[in-house]
Amino acid sequence: MSSSALEGANAVEVRGLSKVFNAGRQDAVEALLDTDLMIRPGEFVSLIGPSGCGKSTQLRLIANLTEPTTGTVLVNGKAARAARLDQDYGMAFQQAGLFEWRSVTKNVELPLELKGWDKARRRSRALEMLDLVKLSEFVDHFPWQLSGGMQQRVAIARALAAHPPLLLMDEPFGALDEMTREHMQTELLRICGETSTTVVFVTHSIPEAVFLSTRVVVMSPRPGRITEVVDVDLGPDRGVDTRETEAFFAKVTEVREALRGIQPADVEPDIEQVAEEL
Amino acid sequence: MRRSPGQAFALAWPPLLFGAVFLLVWETAVRVFDFQPYFLAAPSAIWDAFRANTSLIWEATRVSGMNAFVGLLVGTAIGVAMAFLLARFRLVDDLLSPLAVALNAIPIFVLVAVFNNMYPVTSEVPRRLMVTLVVYFIVLVNVARGLREVGSVYLDLMRSYAASDVTILRKVRVPHAVPYLFTALRIAAPAAVITAFVSEYFGGLQNGLGSRIVSNIALSNNAEAWAYVLGACLLGLAFFLAAVTLERVATPGGLGARERDGA
Amino acid sequence: MTRVRRVWTFALALLLVAGLWELYKVAGPQDGGTVFGWTILPRANDTAMPHVWEMLSRYGQPENRASDTPILLVVLQGAWFTFRIALAGLALGTAIGLGLAVLMARYKVVERGLLPYLVLSQTVPLIALAPLVVSWGGRLHLGAFEWPRWLSAAVLGAFLAFFPVAVGTLRGLTSTPPASLELMDSYAASWRQTLFKLRFPAALPYMSPALKLAATASVVGVVVAEISTGLAGGIGRLIIEYAREATSDPAKVFTAVFGAAALGLVMFAIVTVVDLVGMRNRPREATE
Repeated sequence: MSSSALEGANAVEVRGLSKVFNAGRQDAVEALLDTDLMIRPGEFVSLIGPSGCGKSTQLRLIANLTEPTTGTVLVNGKAARAARLDQDYGMAFQQAGLFEWRSVTKNVELPLELKGWDKARRRSRALEMLDLVKLSEFVDHFPWQLSGGMQQRVAIARALAAHPPLLLMDEPFGALDEMTREHMQTELLRICGETSTTVVFVTHSIPEAVFLSTRVVVMSPRPGRITEVVDVDLGPDRGVDTRETEAFFAKVTEVREALRGIQPADVEPDIEQVAEEL
Repeated sequence: MRRSPGQAFALAWPPLLFGAVFLLVWETAVRVFDFQPYFLAAPSAIWDAFRANTSLIWEATRVSGMNAFVGLLVGTAIGVAMAFLLARFRLVDDLLSPLAVALNAIPIFVLVAVFNNMYPVTSEVPRRLMVTLVVYFIVLVNVARGLREVGSVYLDLMRSYAASDVTILRKVRVPHAVPYLFTALRIAAPAAVITAFVSEYFGGLQNGLGSRIVSNIALSNNAEAWAYVLGACLLGLAFFLAAVTLERVATPGGLGARERDGA
Repeated sequence: MTRVRRVWTFALALLLVAGLWELYKVAGPQDGGTVFGWTILPRANDTAMPHVWEMLSRYGQPENRASDTPILLVVLQGAWFTFRIALAGLALGTAIGLGLAVLMARYKVVERGLLPYLVLSQTVPLIALAPLVVSWGGRLHLGAFEWPRWLSAAVLGAFLAFFPVAVGTLRGLTSTPPASLELMDSYAASWRQTLFKLRFPAALPYMSPALKLAATASVVGVVVAEISTGLAGGIGRLIIEYAREATSDPAKVFTAVFGAAALGLVMFAIVTVVDLVGMRNRPREATE
């Protein structure tokens, strides 16, 4: 399944990574400044922070959807571009991004088609993944017939279809309601546990980050940078009860305070954050 | 979309009622006020004229219909081909789009006067060329938009798959553009029919519906003229229904039920 | 693309078309040709396809041997005549279209009953309606008011213009965000108040492309009306007349055709300006 180049090598290595948009112009934006991050295989790392902290930018740089201004990104021991061309990761976005004209199964088959797999092999893998995300009853449905949560599950099935060692997720549950969200979080942990995938997960929900991750990377804006990394030692077996334990609340508080630790005078209060803290 | 008989009736009765009332008022008005045919022909008179001239009307309909059909076919084919070129080469898009906008704004059918000059008098080509031109622009604008305006999440996804431009075209842009093609056809099909008529006013062969209507009007045969008008409306309706049926048949997964913006 | 760039590329595209025209004249069959047995290649000789410079220089020459005024003025006068009627047709058609749209938005029954016929009405050839409008207008005597000939043409222009306005406005009026409608309900606003304060302003983005279509449609309607009612003084009449002289004076018809094209563009430009002014405070839609 996972294929790290060397035993003990990092799944993702980020060194001195910076990204400036519209460099040299008046409206230049320092989206990310000099970040370093090492992610071991099998880890679940969340990137969290207020708007403009560069979390999505960092994810997109790892995915090689955009190029860095300075610094390096290594994925699976290779340059990010090579990793993308070699299809070493799967990606899920906030919008499920399913093709409306394809059935659920055909949507999951998409990356396999692009890899040139034959029809029978594609179909059996797609059905296997849909079983993993518990959507076997909907294999012949079309995306518009499914709820938002179900569409996201299909998107996750698609992202994992080729069994990539790395999964990149950009606020995939952002558009879902709280109950569905918590359910999806539990499912995601189960799926990633069964496939031993390394995950980099962008979110702006503190409980979500703590529940899912082995480490939470706290970021701050202007310029976007990593301010703190919080180890989450809640153990590998997390279930619905985990969210009600003392240890969980303690970690959530730790992350919240790390976020608060961003100089309050410089940053305008985020209405969302204020509402969340009420 | 499956509809219950009750739902189908609820949708059908208003237009049927309106139509029936309209015809009734029309017929009554002609009789009561004793309008002369050259002023306003009664629906009954028009219907009689239609029945009396059915074969002639059918012949004229075939001619105009053929012109419209050929133009629709060729115009769609060229329009789709150009749309691909437009999506692929930014330069072509830059060159053509202001021209397309301008051509949309002018009464383009006057070009028939020019075309009539370029071909033999007995040729159907000027009319067909005109229809082709009109259909071409409608199809081009819509299909180009469908090919181009793909959501960024899809492009990000395909980029994460390191997919080539050709692959993106095949797997994303083309399927995305299919509903846009059918939207274009829904507009272009009746437009083709109307253009076919209007093209007949400028001379050339006088064997289609448009010219028959003109000649009957000139002879003050209002009832006959309107019998041909009825034929014209039926032709336009037939083309429109054909386009809608084609859409229903060809779009999988119920996409035909979706609304898309048209040009 | 910036507006300046658009103008440049438009001019370039025109030059390209002119170039292709001349190229065909050089390379194409002088008496027309066949492709797979179909005579689809036009005649490339100077009578059927005059040179581009001949068309342009024709503007400086007089209309016919009987007059001295260059044809440019004649065409401009014709275009101006048609333009005013088309404007009247646009105004009338817009008013009717708006009225019908409001009626259909208010009463769903009316929408279901009327809309199919409105669609069908557009397939009725104007050529059949024109004599009806003329003869009815001739019968109309309201006191001292006499139905002028040009009004028939304007009515026919309105007939083509009302449809896009009706359909576009209806779409706009029925696409109001439900949350905003509920807000107006919470203010106990009447349907009329909601119409003017919410639905219409919200419908404007749908109405502006419709208005552009209506402007073109009005021009088309008026030109066809001129041809079918024999209305003298407009560009439609000029096109027909000059087309008859095509064998002796091939470049003449082009002067009128370009005049009609220019007319359409001016109408379009006016509507675009109105649109820009009316929507100046709205967020720009990303169209590219």
